[in-house]
Amino acid sequence: MGELQAARPWAERLDVSIGRSALVEVDLGHLTVLAPFGAEAGMTEALSAAHGLGFPKPNRATGKDGGRCIWFGRGEALLIGPAPDASLADHGASVDVLDAWAAVSLSGAAAVDVLARLVPVDLREGAFKRGHSIRTQVMHMSASITRTGKDSFLILVFRSMAGTLSHDLKQAMAAVAARG
Amino acid sequence: MRVANKGLVDRSKPVSFRFDGTSYAGFAGDTVASALLANEVRLMGRSFKYHRPRGVITAGSEEPNALITTGSGAQAEPNVRATVQEIYDGLVTRSQNAWPSLGFDVMAVNDLASGFLGAGFYYKTFMWPKKFWEAVYEPIIRKAAGLGALSGAHNPDTYERAYAFCDLLVIGAGPAGLMAALTAARSGADVILADEDALMGGRLNAETLEVAGKPGHIWAAETVAELAAMENVRLMTRTTVTGAYDGGMYGAVERVSQHRPLRGAAPLETFWRIAARQSILAAGALERPVAFQNNDRPGIMTASAVRSYLNRWGVSPGKQVAIFGNNDDAHRTARDLRAAGVHVAAVIDSRHDADIEGTDYPVYRGAQVCNSGGRMELESISLRTTSGIVNIQADCLAVSGGWNPTVHMTCHMNGRPTWSPAIQAFVPTVGSVPDMTAAGACNGVFSTHGCLEAGQQAAVAALGALGRKIAAVDLPQAEDSPYNLSPLWAVAGKGRAWLDFQNDVSVKDVKQAAVENFRSVEHMKRYTTQGMATDQGKSSNVMALAVLADATGRGIPETGTTTFRPPYVPVAIAAMGAGAQGKGFAPERLTTSHAQSVRMGAPMIEAGLWYRPSYFPRGDERTWRQSCDREVGFVRNTVGVCDVSTLGKIDIQGPDAAALLDFVYTNMFSTLKVGRVRYGLMLREDGHVMDDGTCARLGETRYLMTTTTAAAGAVMRHLEFVTQCLHPEWQVKITSVTEHWAQFAVAGPQARTLVNGLLDQPIDNESWPFMACGPATVLGVAGRLFRISFSGEHAYEVAVPARYGASLFGELVRRAEGLGGGAYGMEALNVLRIEKGHITHAEIHGRTTAFDIGMGRMVSDKKDCIGKTMSERPGLMDPEREQLVGLRPIGAVKQLSAGAHLFDSGAEAVAENDQGYVTSVGFSPDVGTFIGLGFVQRGPERYGEAMRMVDHLRGLEAEVEICAPVFVDPEGGRTRG
Repeated sequence: MGELQAARPWAERLDVSIGRSALVEVDLGHLTVLAPFGAEAGMTEALSAAHGLGFPKPNRATGKDGGRCIWFGRGEALLIGPAPDASLADHGASVDVLDAWAAVSLSGAAAVDVLARLVPVDLREGAFKRGHSIRTQVMHMSASITRTGKDSFLILVFRSMAGTLSHDLKQAMAAVAARG
Repeated sequence: MRVANKGLVDRSKPVSFRFDGTSYAGFAGDTVASALLANEVRLMGRSFKYHRPRGVITAGSEEPNALITTGSGAQAEPNVRATVQEIYDGLVTRSQNAWPSLGFDVMAVNDLASGFLGAGFYYKTFMWPKKFWEAVYEPIIRKAAGLGALSGAHNPDTYERAYAFCDLLVIGAGPAGLMAALTAARSGADVILADEDALMGGRLNAETLEVAGKPGHIWAAETVAELAAMENVRLMTRTTVTGAYDGGMYGAVERVSQHRPLRGAAPLETFWRIAARQSILAAGALERPVAFQNNDRPGIMTASAVRSYLNRWGVSPGKQVAIFGNNDDAHRTARDLRAAGVHVAAVIDSRHDADIEGTDYPVYRGAQVCNSGGRMELESISLRTTSGIVNIQADCLAVSGGWNPTVHMTCHMNGRPTWSPAIQAFVPTVGSVPDMTAAGACNGVFSTHGCLEAGQQAAVAALGALGRKIAAVDLPQAEDSPYNLSPLWAVAGKGRAWLDFQNDVSVKDVKQAAVENFRSVEHMKRYTTQGMATDQGKSSNVMALAVLADATGRGIPETGTTTFRPPYVPVAIAAMGAGAQGKGFAPERLTTSHAQSVRMGAPMIEAGLWYRPSYFPRGDERTWRQSCDREVGFVRNTVGVCDVSTLGKIDIQGPDAAALLDFVYTNMFSTLKVGRVRYGLMLREDGHVMDDGTCARLGETRYLMTTTTAAAGAVMRHLEFVTQCLHPEWQVKITSVTEHWAQFAVAGPQARTLVNGLLDQPIDNESWPFMACGPATVLGVAGRLFRISFSGEHAYEVAVPARYGASLFGELVRRAEGLGGGAYGMEALNVLRIEKGHITHAEIHGRTTAFDIGMGRMVSDKKDCIGKTMSERPGLMDPEREQLVGLRPIGAVKQLSAGAHLFDSGAEAVAENDQGYVTSVGFSPDVGTFIGLGFVQRGPERYGEAMRMVDHLRGLEAEVEICAPVFVDPEGGRTRG
């Protein structure tokens, strides 16, 4: 009997640097949608107790690399990193969506300029700080964008659109770099 | 000719470019227009309608005449304004709308026939016969009249779109804009300063004015340098703000690399969408010409253009320059030319009372230029003075009829400008665009001091609105001379006096419009085409209005204006739609089996954004039908495998999950046992069918809903609406998990054999009956198994996390092939479901009800559901409605066609006799003929009846029999086996 092989969203490892921006695929560990039924208090407590993370307010993220929780829609957060503790399911829906998303990190001094080609949201540091996260669009794709550092962003789109994401980002990176 | 020691071009950097095949020299900083004038080339184009020789008349983006084509081949760009295009080494340009050459243009015969070709000529002449307009007249007229042509080839140039954000957008970097930006920037606001020129400074670069005790252009350069060094300022040169939109959004087009010989990956242009909390319009003003006979001869231009060419580019457009004006700018022009050593032939000042003290050039007061002479270029002008006609030799005539504030953007949200009698021009109406303030010349303030002051005041107001502290910024010293003007629009006289240079509209045309009772300005515009060219009448609108007002005996404010709409300058469609071509047109959604499907030679078809395999060709198969028939056979006889991951999958959890499903589905889900699946039908609020699919109960409070591929997004939205708006009190959460799972249908008599080969715990009919579901370990991976069937065969759907999808598909296909089956694609899937009478969105197309598709009884009477009440309207339950039936050919023609209509046998195939239509067809290897699904009035009562199927579109007709819509295994025994 054969064993099933796991494949990444991109056929070849995505790791490209153009000008002052770099694009690399990231392995996030686990991805779990947490959606409290009714009040958030129970989920907030359980999340804090189990993973040391706060339940994020709209357009915000808590935690850091390795353990992060980002706002993911109305009454919803995405737990990134750890496998969800069983206690979380007592307070709401806890849905494994690890393979639903393709994740990249875009970083570098030009990262904000690159995203300005594709994203209709002000992502400059003054307006979109570390700890900010937003559901928006990347070109024509529905996406989640989180600032993870001074010049770095975590971008998620549906796994099926991974190819389009790298295409759109690389094109924008090249166009920004060509301006010098 | 180039003038020594003048201009801001870089004389250390010579540049060579071509115009109409001839090489010309210029300097870095030149535009095509300035460089051609430096080379004494004044003839730059032919007019749109009469092919009259034309030269440049402005020095900015408003230029109506000097339109050229840059580049060549597929990259040729037509209608580029020579006044905007910067030169670079290797730039190739050519003139337009002239054949065989600019100097000798055959179509100039139109000009001789101008007596016939005046305004309204086309409307009157080509009305009859009506058919001839499209076929004969229009193509000929379009060929004769026109601008530059597109290559017709795919344009390989890239364009880009981008977003920008700021507290304050300052539009225009003249004295008002610079002062506004400086004040706001020093106060710490986040400022974008956009200017369409390559060099910021506006008129400060084109005049010899002083600011803060130094030349204006030096002050401008220093201010720009200060702004450039500030982190909170973004300077956008070569960027024209093209429109004001709702919510503080502005469109802007940036010329990124049109001035660069080597573009690399840089886009040609970027279309910006700028979100600004406040904006200041400091767009300046446009000088207007005066209409007189033959005022379009090359060499005649606005006085401000003459000063721009002289002061900015170090070029005199002529050796003997005459100046004609109705305001003091005429004298400013004369002084600048004299100071630069250019001969001023005369100043013709239409004002009888003009102050001409201290002038050292000939002045004709109270005189008017009434004609011009010369062949291709200006050689002389004629003046009408109190003592008669005087002729003067001149190769350049600078004309100033006064200034029109650039009010355009304030009208983009349907604002109307206000007439200012003091300056005889329109000024912006306050509040026309929310959060926008007009300052400086665009607001009717023409002195440098006035502009600097207005810019600063506008910035102070904007900062106040932004809630910012205001830094004190000293106002620099500058001239504050008054604007003395006496209105003069058109010089009386015979012949054609041009108003709209780009569309060849003369004073006569406007008067003719009034005579023919096109007295409304909007009617006059359409009758004459004044203002309808690519320059949108920037140079002519106010003049034409004034002429119309005079002809109709009204004042200008009573006559009103036409509407200014975005974009302010022409914008390539390619720039607005940037990125959305080729791969950028729409995202591609690829399944985990995509690569293998392509390797297997499957042609991929689009289903929404998804790509799905049509069929998997093998060896000697020459048509898709052969492959499809074989794949149908796999499922009916052995086992077939199909990727069904694209179907929407929605995880529904919570104490009220069952209540939600009972509410959105027509049938009951609260009664469904855990570990079982049920087919569900969903209605829209209006009672028509929205979608269908299966829903599995994974736990007491957890379900997994599947939707059709096409409606996945719509159903998710629908559920969001229900849970957010209709029942916000319900404790239920919905999460899309479509993308998390790769799911494959395994269908056919051998399906269980295949599936059992994958499972750690084999199943049998008892442990896993039809409509059972549950967790399953698939080749060591935690997955899910559903026993559901779209094909009517014994079938399963196996789901694993998407990362294992590719691997599982490979295993499934390999094992199915080992059992004598294999992969099947969309074509076979479609045939299989038609054979079973299963519906898709071909049937539930938005106008059909549960009653229509034979599922009326699925609308439970034990509960309410969305759409139930509306579906009970009498019209939606009428037995006369078209209802779902099966169709099979019974005549000589064996082909059926989706989209065809059905008529009674013997009835004429016309709309009044329409009895129904065909929705889906396919060739059924089992039945041995084409079969179809369709809707027929009283369908279920008419089984066995022969009808006439006519496809008017494809010219196909066949005799068909109405039958039950299930062609294979009507008892459904196979699914349960």
